[in-house]
Amino acid sequence: MPGKDYASTRFSGLTQITPSNVESLGLAFTFSTATTHGYEAPPLVVDGTMYLITPFPNVLYALDLTKPGAPQKWAFKPEPAAASQGVACCGTVNRGAVFSSGKIIFNTLDGQTIAVDAKSGKQVWRTQLGNIQIGETITMAPLVAGGKVLVGNSGGEMGVPGWLAALDESTGKLAWKAYHAGPDKQVLIGPRFRPFYASDRGKDLGVTTWPPNAWKIGGGNVWGWISYDPTTKTIYYGTGNPGPWNADQRPGDNKFTTGVFARDVNTGEALWFYHTTPHDIYDHDDINESIIADIPWGNGRRPVLLRPARDGFFYVIDRRNGQVLSATPYGYVNGYKGVDLKTGRMIPNPEKEPKPGRVTRNICPAAPGLKDWNPAAFSPVTGLVYIPHHNLCMDMAVSTANYISGTPYVGADVKMYGGPGGYRGVVTAWDPLARKPVWEVKEELPLWSPALATAGGLVFYGTLDGWFKALDAKSGKLLWQFKTGSGIIGQPISYRGPDGRQYIAVVAGVGGWAGGIVDGELDPRDPTAALGFANAVRDLPSKTTPGGMLYVFALPHE
Amino acid sequence: MSSRCRTNNSFLAVATMLALVACHREERHNEPNPFGASIKAGESPPTIIPGTAPNSPLDPRAADYDNNAPAIAEGQFLYTRMNCVGCHAHGGGGMGPALMDDKWRYGGRIDQIAATIAEGRPNGMPAWRGKLTEAQIWKLSAYVRSLSGQPSKDAVSSRADAMSAGTPATLTRREPVKNADTAGR
Repeated sequence: MPGKDYASTRFSGLTQITPSNVESLGLAFTFSTATTHGYEAPPLVVDGTMYLITPFPNVLYALDLTKPGAPQKWAFKPEPAAASQGVACCGTVNRGAVFSSGKIIFNTLDGQTIAVDAKSGKQVWRTQLGNIQIGETITMAPLVAGGKVLVGNSGGEMGVPGWLAALDESTGKLAWKAYHAGPDKQVLIGPRFRPFYASDRGKDLGVTTWPPNAWKIGGGNVWGWISYDPTTKTIYYGTGNPGPWNADQRPGDNKFTTGVFARDVNTGEALWFYHTTPHDIYDHDDINESIIADIPWGNGRRPVLLRPARDGFFYVIDRRNGQVLSATPYGYVNGYKGVDLKTGRMIPNPEKEPKPGRVTRNICPAAPGLKDWNPAAFSPVTGLVYIPHHNLCMDMAVSTANYISGTPYVGADVKMYGGPGGYRGVVTAWDPLARKPVWEVKEELPLWSPALATAGGLVFYGTLDGWFKALDAKSGKLLWQFKTGSGIIGQPISYRGPDGRQYIAVVAGVGGWAGGIVDGELDPRDPTAALGFANAVRDLPSKTTPGGMLYVFALPHE
Repeated sequence: MSSRCRTNNSFLAVATMLALVACHREERHNEPNPFGASIKAGESPPTIIPGTAPNSPLDPRAADYDNNAPAIAEGQFLYTRMNCVGCHAHGGGGMGPALMDDKWRYGGRIDQIAATIAEGRPNGMPAWRGKLTEAQIWKLSAYVRSLSGQPSKDAVSSRADAMSAGTPATLTRREPVKNADTAGR
């Protein structure tokens, strides 16, 4: 699965590649994905076969790792609707496929979930979930847990109501669907719902915390990561931004957007909800990964979620009840004043609140947050969370957005730029117990690539201009780097090959929101291009070119 | 705000001559045709049309809008209100392609742009026929051309609707119109 395990650690237990030998890491083989758009998915390795799921047109490739050069076994082409490219807010990306019970399961940009036989490459089932006519796409990687395929939708910039659906793994039939706004019945809130904080309790908050009917076009989508605790049969995931970005059009807390849900995987019933940023004003989706860990806390151990959130705070949340144990900024934040641990509520900074008729300047972090979707890795060996993230601030001016289905519903002009210190990206090794960084590696460009941690003591990540790097997990020292053909926003993995050797793999291919200036040929003379991101990466088109390519690395044969 | 057609005493003779031509830019047009009914899809992209002359003639209605200040101003208003801005930003692009550069997938002539807006395009451009009137589509097209500096500078507004949206329209560099049909990429 894309997060490596149900706990979403992105930690590989392999130990052959270490800080002392990584400098001899060399290219083993490559494979062109035949795409020129942002490649965010990880390769998936199962039983001597590597599976690649490309961005639109979402082709699934199977490569035979048992043969020299890993030749193609088959390719499955789902042929999604071309028009779906026009309603994908931030690149025509796909964040990964998942393997379960002999099937590879993935989503298509035009809103389908498809199961393919892992051996033959033949379709097992296909279910249409999204409707591009209302601007609904699917970009997230599904998770299979408890016999259910869990899928959420994208479209927070198009006024699409957000939901998470569970499909029966063997048939693809809908088992349950939970919306993130509206009456309790459709949010699947019932007698088992026990949120920790008082402000999350009450009847039909998904209706009453919105202006009349605004919840029907209010976002709260699920395009990020789901974690699963098999012992309690509970899933954990975050919800996206409320729409439109212009918060003046939606007074109220706007539940249940930009928060974290715990649900029973079998029934979908909500168990608790924590509202990370009530009435979001900055597009701070809360879809980032929830890493499951049991950590020492006080005199005992606590079952927690570790969440490096988009709002710039690192949350440690008790996963039994949704109580926030700590919330600490892991970079520069001025858009909020901190989290009140008694009420659980984010304390806003009125100075930085965008209001119609004025430009609010120097809001940090910017709309993509201190970290966007690109997940961190957690090493149980070092106890550190390796967070690849940004250092971006923004100017924002809001105006009334007009809802027209199938078109953007934003109402904001944004212009982003590098934050204090002059660098735009940073890898932070965060100690969740001490609540402080152990080391930081600054990067010139924003980081849109996820991290991989290995038991061998290394941390891998890529940069927007195509450097694939290995750091010492303890010190952050750069030990190895390789220049790929395009900017890296893909998820690196490590696997043991059929020959018993450890491999490191990543797919390069610039794009996504951060790299859209390159693969979309955007014009940065307009600083609001790409919802303001183009301005922050004006130099990128001179540093990289588009093109999806798999790179697999190994140590030399002994 | 002063009328741009008002003559300036010190340059009376020259200005009068110019005004005879330039005041065409101030003409208002009330188009009777609703919903883009007479915009033809076939006129649009720079495709090969066997057995015909290489370039179809410009739709005669183009003259009513191309350098017309009220049309461009109303197009600018519609551009935001109809959410064009959400995909194309203020010309730099995003979900949709940039409109301020010199590349036109489906043609940069005003009648070609009108056809693109009316019919939509296969990679995600919505079809607005039936949602906008024909006059609105032409006005939007006139504004879209202003993003790459096509109209004369006295027909565009020096004030942007957006914050910090780069160069004012009166100073926008005029790009050569390259009709590269790269729709399939």
